[in-house]
Amino acid sequence: MAIESTDTEQPTIRVVLAKLGLDGHDRGIKVVARILRDAGMEVIYLGLRQTTASIVAAAEEEDADAIGLSMHNAGHLALAPSMLAALDDADLDIPLIIGGIIPEADIPVLEDAGVAAILGPGAPAEEVVAAVRGAVAARA
Amino acid sequence: MSDDKQAWPSKSDWQREYDATRLRDVPFETMSGVPVDPVYGDAPLPGQYPFTRGLHAAGYRSRLWTMRMFAGFGTAEDTNARFKEILRNGGTGLSTAFDMPTLMGYDSDSPWALGEVGRAGVAVDTLRDMEDLYADIDLGTVSTSMTINGPAAALLAMYIAVGEQGGVAKADLAGTIQNDILKEYQAQKEYIYPPRPSMRIVTDMIRYTSAEMPKWHPVSISGYHIREAGSTAGQELAFTLANGFAYVEAALAEGQDVNQFGRRLSFFFNAHSDFFEEIGKFRAARRIWARWMKERYGATDERAMMCRFHTQTAGVSLTAQQPENNIARVAIQALSAALGGTQSLHTDSFDEALALPTEKAARIALRTQQVVAHETGVTNVADPLGGAPYVEWMTDEMERQAEAVFAHLDELGNGSILEGVYAGIDNGYFVGEIADASYRFEREINNDQRIIVGVNEFTDGNEDGETNLLRIDHSVEELQRKRLEAVKQERDSAAVEASLAAIRTAAADPTVNLMPPIIDAVKTYATEEEISNAMRDVFGTYVEQAIV
Repeated sequence: MAIESTDTEQPTIRVVLAKLGLDGHDRGIKVVARILRDAGMEVIYLGLRQTTASIVAAAEEEDADAIGLSMHNAGHLALAPSMLAALDDADLDIPLIIGGIIPEADIPVLEDAGVAAILGPGAPAEEVVAAVRGAVAARA
Repeated sequence: MSDDKQAWPSKSDWQREYDATRLRDVPFETMSGVPVDPVYGDAPLPGQYPFTRGLHAAGYRSRLWTMRMFAGFGTAEDTNARFKEILRNGGTGLSTAFDMPTLMGYDSDSPWALGEVGRAGVAVDTLRDMEDLYADIDLGTVSTSMTINGPAAALLAMYIAVGEQGGVAKADLAGTIQNDILKEYQAQKEYIYPPRPSMRIVTDMIRYTSAEMPKWHPVSISGYHIREAGSTAGQELAFTLANGFAYVEAALAEGQDVNQFGRRLSFFFNAHSDFFEEIGKFRAARRIWARWMKERYGATDERAMMCRFHTQTAGVSLTAQQPENNIARVAIQALSAALGGTQSLHTDSFDEALALPTEKAARIALRTQQVVAHETGVTNVADPLGGAPYVEWMTDEMERQAEAVFAHLDELGNGSILEGVYAGIDNGYFVGEIADASYRFEREINNDQRIIVGVNEFTDGNEDGETNLLRIDHSVEELQRKRLEAVKQERDSAAVEASLAAIRTAAADPTVNLMPPIIDAVKTYATEEEISNAMRDVFGTYVEQAIV
């Protein structure tokens, strides 16, 4: 993957997308990748079986504005906090967005933990794009 | 391929077969008392090559489909309780869902297992878990399906060992292990080793079960996951059958008898929401498989030409919005599977877009297929839609789409579908085709060209609030790790090490069947990860290129 010159103005939003852990359900995240790309964002899809360390490394290297993780195996209450902690340890202030099968009751738990946005199954394209733009704008 | 019409038997052949079939003891008449024939139309009829109209002369008059409900969560004891509930409620087969670490060949104490233990299925680390999973269930009378692929050999070995402990010989064990590794690289992504050594494990298992376990289906060639990953109906059909041809070619290449192993292959399809497209797909699957097995692979025993399949309703069609509407979707999908002539059926629970199903939601799902089976009358007549112009056209259309894919793969593999499938995995053909289809469908929904009730139309009621969901206690992970730790303390570690060394030796020699050393290893309580690692050492691991 080519490393872009680090332009401080960042004309386009750069999003790192990944599947953290073993969960192999990648239909949703691939659709999201194309939706964000169609909306003019730079999408770096890391693929399956990523670790918090590999995602942090990619976010640093790619100068990411946002990180999107997809979770379909009910591991979100353990995995999302571990991702936030890893970002914290690396001193990266990048919004984390979670998509997938997240029961409503868990949404406030994840939000309180520091997840910037949560997208459920069937979220329309506008909502996906708005969630990323909103999360990035909130940190700017 | 040619139709070879003169070889097709007549209606009187069908009648003889029908008369020889033992029927269920129910009146075969409409709700209003009108007697109906077992089948309508002319030869080829159900039970006659190429089986477009079904595998059996009497259709569901002799036997309903097996109502096989997939379940698994938490610890082995939790799932064991759910299994007993399913059997008490009239379920006639068991189907086991494993958690992600188990599916990927990792133990519950692996760093990869964080947050995943017992979540999307049951955790099985050692034979001890398998003993608890099937405790007090007579494996001699129940048929079991296990949905596992990469580490399938270890799980089959554990099942054999549990059977032996309960006095059931492996020859009497009935069931299916999914073991369809090719679709993992294409869609489900639960692979461990690279494709070629993985295929060697599959062919070893086919050979072992063909010889030792006559009631076992060693591979369930699965389109389900291909469809769930976003493919079209035609792609699901084509990729699945192409994978089937690949297994056949791999087994033939090592000298196995097509008439013997061909009888034990089975399939697994998705039932999505486009009613007639699904029915056409099921009918086409039987016809294509029969023709290819006979004409290309030289099968002479009709049982080796029969495409037997399990069906599951489309999880991907379930909406998180107004989840109760999913009960209607599942009922329609289940009806298409019945009209398509499935051998067994899992109906999804309405809450599955939100979480694993609650007991109540799972019961409603089972009741849904019981309504189709017992109240609608569709089981009175075999292939009741056969002969309808639209249904026959759709069946032909599905076949045409599939044949175009086979031609592409055949060319890619220089006359070998097996090599064509390997090439399609390597060059991203399958994942690319599926991702394109999936994106096209999502865009149509986004542009409101396609209406999904509750998602982009008819959204009143979306704010009704959440239904009761199954919550898996977070203590499961800790509990399972402690159970594993206890097993590791108790076992004879020298015996474990010796058994793992034997697996490494066998893995390095392609002429040795891997099943016997794996069975020996599970009996020492070697863990699933240890057994998988022994083979990782020899075979290496597979990493997918990330393509969007």
